Amino acid sequence: MCKENEFKIVGTGIARKWLNRMLSIKNLHASVEEKEILKGLNIEIKPGEIHAIMGPNGAGKSTLGNVLSGREGYEVTAGDVNFDGKNILDMDTEERAREGLFLAFQYPVEIPGVSNLEFLKASVDAVRAHRGEEPMDSVSFLKLAREKCKAVNLDQNFLKRGVNEGFSGGEKKRNEIMQMMLLEPKLCILDETDSGLDIDALQVVAEGVNSQRDPNRSFIVVTHYQRLLDYIIPDYVHVLADGKIVKSGGKELALELEEKGYGWIENGAV
Amino acid sequence: MGEAVSDFNQQALSLTQARQAGGVYQAINQLGASAFETMPFPTRKTESWKYTSLHALTQQNYNQSPKAVLLDGIDAQYEVSGLEVVNLVFVNGQFQAALSSNETLAGLQLVRFSEATSEQLALIEKHLGKLAETERNLFTALNNAQVNDGVFVFVDKNTQLAKPIQITNISIKDEQPATAFNRCLIVLDTHAQATVIEQFVSSDTEQNVVMNQVTEAVIGDGAHLQHYRLNKEHESSIHFGGMYVDLSRDSQFTSYQILLGSKIKRFDVLVNHNVSGSHCEMKGVYLPKNEQQVDIHSYIEHKAPNCTTNEVYRGIMADKSKAVFNGRIHIHPDAQKTLAELSNKNLLLSDKAQINTKPELEIYADDVRCAHGATVAQLNETAKFYLQSRGISAQEADIMLSFGFINELLESIPLEALRVSLRPLLAEQFSSDKSLTQHLIADEAEA
Repeated sequence: MCKENEFKIVGTGIARKWLNRMLSIKNLHASVEEKEILKGLNIEIKPGEIHAIMGPNGAGKSTLGNVLSGREGYEVTAGDVNFDGKNILDMDTEERAREGLFLAFQYPVEIPGVSNLEFLKASVDAVRAHRGEEPMDSVSFLKLAREKCKAVNLDQNFLKRGVNEGFSGGEKKRNEIMQMMLLEPKLCILDETDSGLDIDALQVVAEGVNSQRDPNRSFIVVTHYQRLLDYIIPDYVHVLADGKIVKSGGKELALELEEKGYGWIENGAV
Repeated sequence: MGEAVSDFNQQALSLTQARQAGGVYQAINQLGASAFETMPFPTRKTESWKYTSLHALTQQNYNQSPKAVLLDGIDAQYEVSGLEVVNLVFVNGQFQAALSSNETLAGLQLVRFSEATSEQLALIEKHLGKLAETERNLFTALNNAQVNDGVFVFVDKNTQLAKPIQITNISIKDEQPATAFNRCLIVLDTHAQATVIEQFVSSDTEQNVVMNQVTEAVIGDGAHLQHYRLNKEHESSIHFGGMYVDLSRDSQFTSYQILLGSKIKRFDVLVNHNVSGSHCEMKGVYLPKNEQQVDIHSYIEHKAPNCTTNEVYRGIMADKSKAVFNGRIHIHPDAQKTLAELSNKNLLLSDKAQINTKPELEIYADDVRCAHGATVAQLNETAKFYLQSRGISAQEADIMLSFGFINELLESIPLEALRVSLRPLLAEQFSSDKSLTQHLIADEAEA
């Protein structure tokens, strides 16, 4: 507690400097198993903005989410990442999450034996404790979790089942969105959330995301296809190729990409 | 070592001579003693003891009878809240009338051998030692060699017992090192149904009494025994257990084994499918930590057609602990249409922990469906990252994943009050810090 207060006093200047930035990535280089995947990535995201990151397979799209979440095995070799006024690169995965960074997984993990409810409560308690809030009592939490289930059209039985255990692809993604709703993060990274979803599931997921749009919450929507961006309308579209942002634009860039393919950008960039 | 070994065998034999009671016990005592005499003290070269060191057993003379019991020295927790049972309590092998209930249930005969009527003694003589095969295990032989009392459970035909029977064996530190022998004989008549909980607890201090306990169960036609074996003795204790079961036509044996505590813990279980249509469901959990050793041997004998076995054991080894799982399913030539499955999954939490697992299938019939498998793994890193990415600390994530590994077995326990009471007990095996286990424990109440 004491430590945090100290930080706030010392950090006032920094906070002001970054006041209008949710996320600032500068010259980010990252390697997996000594192979460089991100090769000098830059991006600036303001509160309330939705940024789409598109790109061909192997460009480093999923690596970005993993690096930002601090996953083991993803080594940052150069660059800075500033999230809401704080350098997060030295933080553990759980600290980043408690600070308000949320990664919706492309392939959410099945964890048999750990109930969804137990998992959600542990997660929400951890984040609340970090914010200096009391843990919710079990009854209120169950009520809240049931509400969120309803909001993403998941049956309440899912709370009792193992985390993602035996869930269909769509149910897994809806579970991700439900977690996002419960944790109320500042920055959400949706890693190819549209992969493996049919149109109906895609709409439910997109509605969930749109319901969470907020002037103080930002989104990074990582996707291979333009389709998702029909439902989640981005403010900016970036093209990631060979570990760098090679082109940025408005939402119309996504349509152009859909039409011309990634080859157009890659060839143009080189 | 050689000298200590012969010391142990000689001391054990003189102890059994001192305890032999004659009468109905004469035959079993003699068979046990002669089997024991021919069996050498196990060393690393003894196949069925290959991975478990009995060195600690030879360090003191445990082959003495426990002295008088001081009841006010007992601080062991053995009552399950919310579970109504007929409770029998033993302390260092001695029956405690004051701690036991004298309630009677319709269709139940529950009596100590020493208090049995001549009719009951005839039944005891008929069954005692018939299943507990002396040649399989030195310590079962020793139990047979000295048995002079025990608990007799008889359930009349077509009776479904109104409450579980709970037999609690408490160990406390004695005046001198000693061995407490316990014995239980369960007989279910045709279409009887009973639940028996056998639990082993001790006071929370250094122990010097070895527990040697053998249970035999004879399950009649269409009868069903639901049996729990809960080991939760102090870390310094030594425990030898055996469970020997005979299944008749269309009968069922459901067994839950929660094996915790003790520095040396050996448990042998033998199930005989003798007549067509019987089913054995066996679930076991072992969680050794520190320098504990747990050694489990299961033998399922399919001697008749159309019988089924579903055997699932899961273990989590922490610190420098060692575990042995030896599971054998034997399909005899007459056992056509057998369905048998054996699964043993293990999680190693430390690179100094050890598991030696050997699932075995021996099949002499041609029309059967059998499967067996064992796995040894470490915690799933992707699952851990997923939990951490939601703000859960690395430590709590480890505990949630470990608990999750055994939770499936725990959740299959039909006695709700017992299941609820086991959650905190199992959770505290992973951490004594309640803030790290709170979500595991809260779960049952909410869901």
